[in-house]
Amino acid sequence: MAKALTMGLAAAMTADEKVVLMGEDIGPLGGVFRVTEGLQKQFGVHRVLDTPLAESGIVGTAIGLAMRGYRPVVEIQFDGFIFPAFDQITTQLAKLTARHEGAMQLPVVIRVPYGGHIGAVEHHQESPEAYFAHTAGLRLVSPATPHDAYWMIQQAITSTDPVMFFEPKSRYWPKGDVDLAASGAALHESRIVRAGTDVTVVGHGAMVSMLLDAAELAAAEGTSIEVVDLRSLSPIDYAPLLDSVHRTGRLVVAQEAPGSVSIGSEIAATVTEKAFYSLEAPVLRVSGYDTPFPPAKLEGVYLPDVDRILHAVDRALAY
Amino acid sequence: MSYTPETLQLLAPDGTRVVSDATEAYLPYVDALTEQQLREFYRTMRVIRRFDIEAGNLQRQGQLALWIPSLGQEAAQVGSGFAARAHDHIFPAYREHAVGHIRGLDVVQIIKMLRGLTHGGWNPAETGNFHLYTLVIGSQSLHATGYAMGVRFDGLVGTGDPEKDTAVLVYFGDGATSQGDVNEAFVFAQSYQTPQVFFLQNNHWAISVPVRVQSRTPLFHRPRGFGIPSQQIDGNDVLMSYAATAASLDAARAGEGPQFIEALTYRMGAHTTSDDPTKYRDDDELHYWQERDPIARFEAYLRGLGESEAFFTEVAEEAEQFAAEARARTLALEPPSAESMFAHVYSEPHPVMDAQRQALADFEASFEGGA
Repeated sequence: MAKALTMGLAAAMTADEKVVLMGEDIGPLGGVFRVTEGLQKQFGVHRVLDTPLAESGIVGTAIGLAMRGYRPVVEIQFDGFIFPAFDQITTQLAKLTARHEGAMQLPVVIRVPYGGHIGAVEHHQESPEAYFAHTAGLRLVSPATPHDAYWMIQQAITSTDPVMFFEPKSRYWPKGDVDLAASGAALHESRIVRAGTDVTVVGHGAMVSMLLDAAELAAAEGTSIEVVDLRSLSPIDYAPLLDSVHRTGRLVVAQEAPGSVSIGSEIAATVTEKAFYSLEAPVLRVSGYDTPFPPAKLEGVYLPDVDRILHAVDRALAY
Repeated sequence: MSYTPETLQLLAPDGTRVVSDATEAYLPYVDALTEQQLREFYRTMRVIRRFDIEAGNLQRQGQLALWIPSLGQEAAQVGSGFAARAHDHIFPAYREHAVGHIRGLDVVQIIKMLRGLTHGGWNPAETGNFHLYTLVIGSQSLHATGYAMGVRFDGLVGTGDPEKDTAVLVYFGDGATSQGDVNEAFVFAQSYQTPQVFFLQNNHWAISVPVRVQSRTPLFHRPRGFGIPSQQIDGNDVLMSYAATAASLDAARAGEGPQFIEALTYRMGAHTTSDDPTKYRDDDELHYWQERDPIARFEAYLRGLGESEAFFTEVAEEAEQFAAEARARTLALEPPSAESMFAHVYSEPHPVMDAQRQALADFEASFEGGA
C-alpha cells in the first residue's frame, strides 16, 4: 500500500501543480514509512516541504496555503502525534468554510498513519479516528487495499473539503494489485467485499483483511460471513451495510480503536435505528479496550483478532 | 507599563513632532503623506471610536451578545492599516475594527458576528483581502504564515514590481505571544522567509492578566531569538505606526523575510463587555494612558499644522452619523434561516447535512396549522 500511495501522490501532483506535500522528514528520507520516497527529487523542494517539527504549525500553515489556492497534503508522522495539531484541525480547518459562508474552500488532506500490529512504542500505535469523526466539516476515509489507497488519495486531494486520510500502517507492506485503468469507487462509498448470508461484519483499514480471514475460517466451519469495508468513516455510507443487515439479520462491528463513543458505537446505534425489525441479535462491537493503547507486548491482547471476531459472530448467531 | 528607550516615536503625547536619529529612516514615509491622507487618518480614528462606543452601548442594551472594544488602539490600527497596499493580505485577531473599515469591510458584518447571526460571514475577496476574525488566540498567525508561504511560492516577492510584490500583515495581542501557534509561526516564517509582518498590539492586558505575566522580557526582543528583525513603536502615534508598518511591509515584499513590530498601546475599555477592568487594574494606569490618547495627540498635531475647526466639526458629525446608521442597521438585521446551519459545513454534497436539513424542515412543518 505504501507504494500505491506514492504513485497516487505522484499522479495527483502531476495533474495539479497546486498540490504540495508537507510534513516532517518527507523530503530526502521519504517519510518514516517511505510513502513520499522520491517525490522531492521528482517535484522539487517547493512541492515537497520538509517542515519544522511542529504539528500545529504544519496544519496551520497548510490552512494558509489552501487559502492562497494551494492543495496541501500534510503528513502527520504517527497517529499519536496528531494532538498538537488537534486545535488547528478541529477549530480552524473544519470550520473555516462554514465561517466564510462558503466563500472559501479548504482542500487540505491530512494523512495519518494509524493503528497497531507493528510493535511500536508509546504514541506510535493509536486509532484517533473518533475524535475527528465527531467534528463537522471534516471528511474521514481509510483505505484497506493498495488499489483503494491509490485511488482514494487522489480523490481526497481533488475534494474541495478537508479530508483526513487514515492509513493503516500495518497494511503499508502487504502487496496487492492496483488497477490503474479502472477508476476507484467513489470516496464516500462503503463496499461489500465478501458475500455471505449468516452474519454481516464491518470494519475499516487494517481490520478488513482480518475480517476476511475470519470469514474464510468461518466458511470452513459452515458459517457464511458477509464482509463490508467501510472505507469512509465520515460520512458513513450506510446503504450497503443496511442492505446486508436486512439479509443476514446480524451485525458485528470490528475496530482497533476503543469501543466507547467510537465509529463502532455510531454504526451500532444507526443500524439499530434503521434496521431494528431486521435484526435477529443486538449489534455487537469488537474493539480495542477502553484503555490507552498498551505496551507493544500486549497489543496482541488489546487488538481484535480473528478469534475475538469469530467469538462475536458466534454470540450473534446464538440469539 | 510604558515606553522604553528603544520605543520609536514621531509624535509626542502633546502632538508635537519628535526628532531622533532612530526614526530618521522613517521620515520619507511620513513626508510623502498628503494633507488628505493625514485627514483620512484622523477621520478613520474618530469614526471608528464613535462606532466602537455605539456598539458597546448596543451590547449594554441587549442587542449584541458581546462587544470587543478597540477604544485606545486606533492609532496602532489606522497607521498600520493604511500602510498596507491593496493587494496585501491582512489576518486580524478580533479587535481590528479600524483596519477592517480601512480595507472596505462593512462594520455591520462585525456586528452580525457579535449579535449571533454569523461566525464570520465575510468574503476576504470582497473586503480588501481582510480575512475573518479569529477568536482562538494566535491561530491566525499560522494561517497568515501559510498564506505568505504561498505568496512566496507564487514568486510574488522581490520582483521589484510594486503591482506584484505582495506582503501579509498579521495582527495579534500581547497575550497571544504566549501561544504555541504564534511561536510556531515565527519558526515557519523564518524557515520559509515569508513576506510578512507580525504586528503585535501590546495593549498591556490579556483580559485580566497583565503583560508582565506573559513575558519578563520586552516582547519585541523575543522574535530576535528567532532571527526576525523587530522594533518597538509608540502604538498611540499614528504616524509612527504608519511609517514603521510601511517600511516593514516594503522589506517583506522585497524578500527580506518576516518582520516584527510591537506597538505599545493601551486598551482603555474592557477586554470585552463581559469583563470589568475596575476589578483588575488601577486608575493611575488608565490615567497614564489617557494622557497619551492617540486621537487627542493627532488632533493637536493637525491643529498645529493649521487644520481648520470646520474639519473637526465635520468629522464629529460624520462620526455621529456613522454610529447612528450602524445602530439603525443593527436593529433591522434579520436572523439567518434555520437551514443555513447546514449550508456550508461542507463544500461538496454531504448526506448527513441533507438528511438533517430535511429532518429539521419536516419537524418545523409538522407544526403548521397545528395547535
